[in-house]
Amino acid sequence: MANGSDFRTATISVLVDNEAGVLARVIGLFSGRGYNIDSLTVAPVEDGRGRSRINVVTSGTEMVIEQIKAQLDRLVPVHRVADLSKEGAHLAREMALIKILCAGERRAEALRLADAFRARVVDATTESFVFEMTGNPDKLDAFLALMRPLGLAEVSRTGVAAIARGTRVI
Amino acid sequence: MTTNEMRPGAEILLRALKEQGVEVIFGYPGGAVLPIYDAIFQQNAIRHILVRHEQAAVHAAEGYARSTGKVGVVLVTSGPGATNAVTGLVDALMDSIPIVCLTGQVPTHLIGNDAFQEADTTGITRPATKHNYLVRKSEDLARVVHEAFYVARSGRPGPVVVDLPKDIVINPAPYTPPATAPHRSYRPLLDPDPAAIAAAVKLLKAAKRPIIYTGGGVINAGPKAAELLTRLVRETGFPCTSTLMGLGACPAADRHFLGMLGMHGTVEANLAMHGCDVMLAVGARFDDRVTGRLNAFSPGAKKIHIDIDPSSINKNVPVEVAIVGDAGRALSALLAAWTQNTTPPDRAALAAWWREIETWRARDCLRYSQATAPGAIIKPQHAIRRLYEITRESGRETFISTEVGQHQMWAAQHFRFERPNHWMTSGGLGTMGYGLPAAMGVQIAHPEALVIDIAGEASILMNIQEMSTLAQYRLPVKVFILNNQYMGMVRQWQELLHGGRYAESYTAALPDFVRLAESFHAVGLRARTIEELDPVIHEMLACDRAVIADIAVDQAENCFPMIPSGAAHNEMILGPEHESEAAGITDEGLVLV
Repeated sequence: MANGSDFRTATISVLVDNEAGVLARVIGLFSGRGYNIDSLTVAPVEDGRGRSRINVVTSGTEMVIEQIKAQLDRLVPVHRVADLSKEGAHLAREMALIKILCAGERRAEALRLADAFRARVVDATTESFVFEMTGNPDKLDAFLALMRPLGLAEVSRTGVAAIARGTRVI
Repeated sequence: MTTNEMRPGAEILLRALKEQGVEVIFGYPGGAVLPIYDAIFQQNAIRHILVRHEQAAVHAAEGYARSTGKVGVVLVTSGPGATNAVTGLVDALMDSIPIVCLTGQVPTHLIGNDAFQEADTTGITRPATKHNYLVRKSEDLARVVHEAFYVARSGRPGPVVVDLPKDIVINPAPYTPPATAPHRSYRPLLDPDPAAIAAAVKLLKAAKRPIIYTGGGVINAGPKAAELLTRLVRETGFPCTSTLMGLGACPAADRHFLGMLGMHGTVEANLAMHGCDVMLAVGARFDDRVTGRLNAFSPGAKKIHIDIDPSSINKNVPVEVAIVGDAGRALSALLAAWTQNTTPPDRAALAAWWREIETWRARDCLRYSQATAPGAIIKPQHAIRRLYEITRESGRETFISTEVGQHQMWAAQHFRFERPNHWMTSGGLGTMGYGLPAAMGVQIAHPEALVIDIAGEASILMNIQEMSTLAQYRLPVKVFILNNQYMGMVRQWQELLHGGRYAESYTAALPDFVRLAESFHAVGLRARTIEELDPVIHEMLACDRAVIADIAVDQAENCFPMIPSGAAHNEMILGPEHESEAAGITDEGLVLV
């Protein structure tokens, strides 16, 4: 158990039966045992087989992250637990809707930055924009930091959806 | 009835229970489960034991399960029936006891409406169970019941709740037999990885100061696993210690057995754990009561951990070799590999290690001094020693349950267990009030055996109402109360950690236990002084009815050895009979429980 005391972030994907209470089981496990949840997404993924995928971004020492995986894996409705950040390269994407309230010069600046970050304008009034943006969470964070002085008013983020690169499937 | 015939849900439920081999249900009726009770009334295959409180139903089922290796079954009503059962469920979860608990629920169309006796049972019991189910559709009923039994007994066993809305047990439902295909997602690994076994044997062969540390997992793996453990201990010649939960797996009479380890473990067990160079942990989970201060736990040892639950491995203590699997199968593989591996073990080093252990053992850390003159106060340790000796002389098969506290630790230290499944105690949760209902469940499963609840006068009052159940079913359970008029373990901690300020640990106005026994149609006995002890024990054992024996013991006696909170295995406090090397309790230790 080398580097047992170093913190790291882990993106864990969990394939579960799509049944009542399964999300409560997973969340209860994290709160009951004092683990962090940085972000969490859940949605049905396999038609016909009744399964959902939960993506959870967490952080802790190596020992704690191994423990989180083992605890998740022993839940009865859990089919598979994959630590994407450890098992090889992976993609992580998050979507955000971002509302900016601004006028005058700032409008042009906001649009220019949105263009540079490939954010789309999905709503506009004379005093506001709503941008839609998809990317890895760092990119979203960077864009939000730039928008803050320009009149950032509200954000709705989805949390991370993640998948392994290449041929590997969970 | 044919497989495809639709029958009322309650009948389908009972059919599924029968097919699972259920013979006894511990329960308490109420509005939401009336249809199930009606179905029970109309059959004879399954016996129902009416308890006096739902918590006791779960503990009784635990006693039944632990003494038979079968799944214990509980039936309670909705709302308060279910919430009363929660303590028992958590107890079973912490000690890995297989239980299926059927709870009544309001009809499906009323769920969420704050109906009478409605509680969110699956929500409340989610962290209290291994798994739980709410049956919403009649066609799922039989499948869910079968699955609940599979989950309860497979892998690391545990309690499973099946919440049954009233309309589901009334409406017609189809029957489905148990699945023959593997479960879709829950398939615990049973067979150990041969590479891990080989790595373990390599470490064990090279060991100079080995120790085998075993726990409740060996008991849960069945009597065969305990036999294999004993064979491994004898074949290797290694010393063996056990947790509270694992007592009886390695016979106490075996010279390799060092007694229990941990907070109230023996000097020889704890010092051997501290000084070992290779540790083989089997079905034990490195609990805080066992390890003491983690950063000082067995500092020089390479550790091998066999456990059926991967989440138990590397949870508290990092190990070198992890073996995931059933304890019995892993021990069997380990024995085979030990024989096949031609490297000779280091016999000279082992002999030197044993000489060191024997010097620790010679300190006789469980020694106490009992005055023998008539009128002398009874020492609690002596009461248990005599109980042990007299029951052994009787030659009867004896099961012991306990409540929680000093008497529990003294029972673990002074009663000696030669076989698994004969010792029932609440280890993980530490539930006062466990012992009497657990003994009840044991006696139901073993009507001819001698079943004794070693109790304290405080704990026993927490489920004393079960004396009434003993009377109803003529269960000859013996309740052996070590009565010091204090919550003894609380008093001990207050003496050692809180300046002798005995806040609320003295019980004023205790009942007269002899008359209490009589009012419950049982026999009440009392021993006040040493010369009364043996006759009371003899009379208790000779009696074919339930007995409460109220044994007045020394109020000031403390349970030693003791590893204080926040201390290490080599920092034990010993009794007044011994010189102590204790470090005392640090401020850091004070915040621990």
